[in-house]
Amino acid sequence: MSVDQSTVTRSAFHPDVESYEQVNRDAMRLLTPPGRGYLALLAMSVMLVGLLVFAELHNIIYGLGMIGDNWAVMITTFVFWVGIGHAGTLISAILYLFRAPWRQAIYRFAEAMTVFAVLTAALFPLLHIGRPWFFYWLLPLPSQRGIWPNFRSPLLWDVFAVTTYLTVSSVFFYIGLIPDIAAARDSTTNPMRKKVYGVLSLGWRGTDREWRHFTRAYLFLAALATPLVLSVHSVVSWDFAVSIVPGWHTTIFAPYFVAGAILSGVAMVVTLMVPVHKIFRLGAYFTPVHYDRLAKLLLLTSCIVGYAYGMEYFMAYYSGELYERDVFWDRVTGDYWWAGWSMITFNAIVPQLLWIRKIRQNLNAFFIISVFVNIGMWYERFVIIVPSLSHSYEPWKFWNLHMTWVDASLLLGSFGWFFMWFLLFLRYLPGLSMAEIKEVLPPPMKHHGAEHAAHDEGRMVVETLPTGYKEWEVR
Amino acid sequence: MSKASTGVLGVFPHLDTATAAIRRLRKEGFDLTVYSPTPRHEVEEALGTKESPVRIFTLVGAFTGTAAGTALATWASIDWPLVVGGKEIISLPAFSVIMFELTILLGALSTVAGLFILGRLPHVGPPEAPMYHPSFTAGNFGVFAHAPRDRYGDVQRIMTESGSEEVLVDQR
Repeated sequence: MSVDQSTVTRSAFHPDVESYEQVNRDAMRLLTPPGRGYLALLAMSVMLVGLLVFAELHNIIYGLGMIGDNWAVMITTFVFWVGIGHAGTLISAILYLFRAPWRQAIYRFAEAMTVFAVLTAALFPLLHIGRPWFFYWLLPLPSQRGIWPNFRSPLLWDVFAVTTYLTVSSVFFYIGLIPDIAAARDSTTNPMRKKVYGVLSLGWRGTDREWRHFTRAYLFLAALATPLVLSVHSVVSWDFAVSIVPGWHTTIFAPYFVAGAILSGVAMVVTLMVPVHKIFRLGAYFTPVHYDRLAKLLLLTSCIVGYAYGMEYFMAYYSGELYERDVFWDRVTGDYWWAGWSMITFNAIVPQLLWIRKIRQNLNAFFIISVFVNIGMWYERFVIIVPSLSHSYEPWKFWNLHMTWVDASLLLGSFGWFFMWFLLFLRYLPGLSMAEIKEVLPPPMKHHGAEHAAHDEGRMVVETLPTGYKEWEVR
Repeated sequence: MSKASTGVLGVFPHLDTATAAIRRLRKEGFDLTVYSPTPRHEVEEALGTKESPVRIFTLVGAFTGTAAGTALATWASIDWPLVVGGKEIISLPAFSVIMFELTILLGALSTVAGLFILGRLPHVGPPEAPMYHPSFTAGNFGVFAHAPRDRYGDVQRIMTESGSEEVLVDQR
C-alpha cells in the first residue's frame, strides 16, 4: 500500500468512508425500522423496569426493611452506575481537548451511555431514602424551620456533584446533537419525525454564524466537563473516605475511584459498541484503530486500579493499624473472599490479556473481557462497602449481608432502565455524530484533491490529518 | 443586522470552490451567509470570522457560580450556626466542593445561554437568509449572497465561474 502524503482523499481513521453524504446515509440507517431482535430486547428492558417499579412499590408499602442491611446493594449499584458514566465524558470531553481524532466516531454512543448511566445512578439515592417524594429535602431550599443542609457533609457534596454532572452531561449531549438532529430532519421522509426533529434541532441550518459560536461553546463545555468528571467520582469516593470506617479512610480513594470509574466506563462502552457494530455493520466507523485505543485505555486504567489494590494492602500492612489490617485480610479470606477475589481477578488480572495484540484486535475476546470488567467493577464497589461495614471496629457489631429479592430486583431493574433508554436512543436519535465524523474526513475538493486520479491508479491515498496526527495502522 | 433579505444561493459540492466564491463575493462587497455540513476552518478564514464572544459568557458564568457557591454555603451556615464535628462554622475546605460544582454548573449553563443568544437559537421568525437546501447538512456547502435584485446577474456570474453546480435565485 503506497502512502502519498501530497494528495488527500481518505481519512486515516475511516478509509472506507468515501464522502460526506455516505456518513449521513450510514448514520440514518441506524434510525430505520428495527428488527424483531430489537423489539425483543426493548420488551425485556421494559419488563425489568416493571420489576424495578414493583420492587420499589413493595419497598414503599412495607418499608425500607425490605432491602438488605445498610442499603448495601443500593449504594453499591449507585457507585457502579456513576462510575460507568465517566468514560463517556472522558471520550467526549477529555479526548476532544486532546484533539484525538479517534474520538469522533464513538463519542456519541459513549456520551449517551454517560447520560443514561447517571440517570440510572440518580435513582438509587432517591429510592434509598425510603420516601422518595421527599427528595427535595436534599437540596438547600429555604424551609419554615430555617434549617439548612450540612455543607460540611460529603453526602451533600454528592448531591451537588451528581446533579451538576447530570445537568452538564445532558446539556453537552444535547448541544452536540443539534447539528445531527438537523441533518436527520433534512433527510427523513417521515412527516412526524420531520416535525419532532425540526423542533429539537432548534431551527439549525449550519450557517457560519451558528458554527462560529457552536464550536467555541462546545470547546468551553468540554473544558468545563473535564474537571467536573474528575471531581464527581472523587466526591463519591469522599462519601467513604471522609468517614473513619476501616478500609475507607484512605487518601488514595479519589484517584483510585476515578481510575476505576474510567475502567468500568470504557468496559461498558465496549460492551455496547460491539453488538451495535455487528448488527448495523459499522465497520467503516468503528475501525480496529478505535478498538485498539479503547483497549489501551482499558489496560492503562486496569493497571492503575491494580496498583491501587496493591497499595491499599501495603498501606494496611505498613500502617500497623490493627483494624485496617484486619479488614483487608478479611476481604480476601473472610466471608466475602469470593467477592474480593472476583474483584482482583476481573479488574486487575483479566485485562492484562490486552497486552497481547491478537487479543486486543479480536472483537469477541475484547467483548468478553469487557463484560468481565463490568462484573468485576460491580464487585469492587461491593467489596469496598460490604466487608468494611460488616467488619468494623467492634466484633459484636459484625454482620453478614442478606440480599433480599427486593435488592436483586432493584439491581436487575437498573439494567433494564439503562438499556431501555439506550435502545430508545439508538432508534430515535442519531447514534453517529455526522457533523463531527466529517471533521476527520478530508473535505471534498475539486482542484486540490486528486481523488479521481487515485481511483484510476487503484491505490489508497492517506490524508495527513490537520491535527498533525500522522499515524497509519495497517488494518 | 442590515443584510438584504433577497439574494442568490449557490450550491457547492466542493469546499475549495465554495471558499473561492466566498473570497470573490466578499471582495465585491456582498454580505454572505454560508452553510456548511461541518465546521471548516477554510470557510472561517475565507469569511475572516473573528473570535466568538461566547468565552465571555463562560467566564462570567463560572465566576458567578463560584461566588454563588461561596455565598450559599457561608450564608446558610451563618443563618443557623451549628458546630458539627468541632469544625468552624465557615469551613472553607469543605465548602470548596460546593463552590467548585457551582462554578462548573453556572459556567456550563451560561455558555449554552451564550450560544443561544449569539447563534440566534432557537430560530423563530424569518431566518437570516431566506434560502436553504436540505443537502447543506449532508455534503454540500452553500453560499447565500444578500443582494438587491439588480445585482443578481453579478452574483450569478461569480458563483458559476467559481464552480457552483446550482445557482438558485430568490424570485419573491
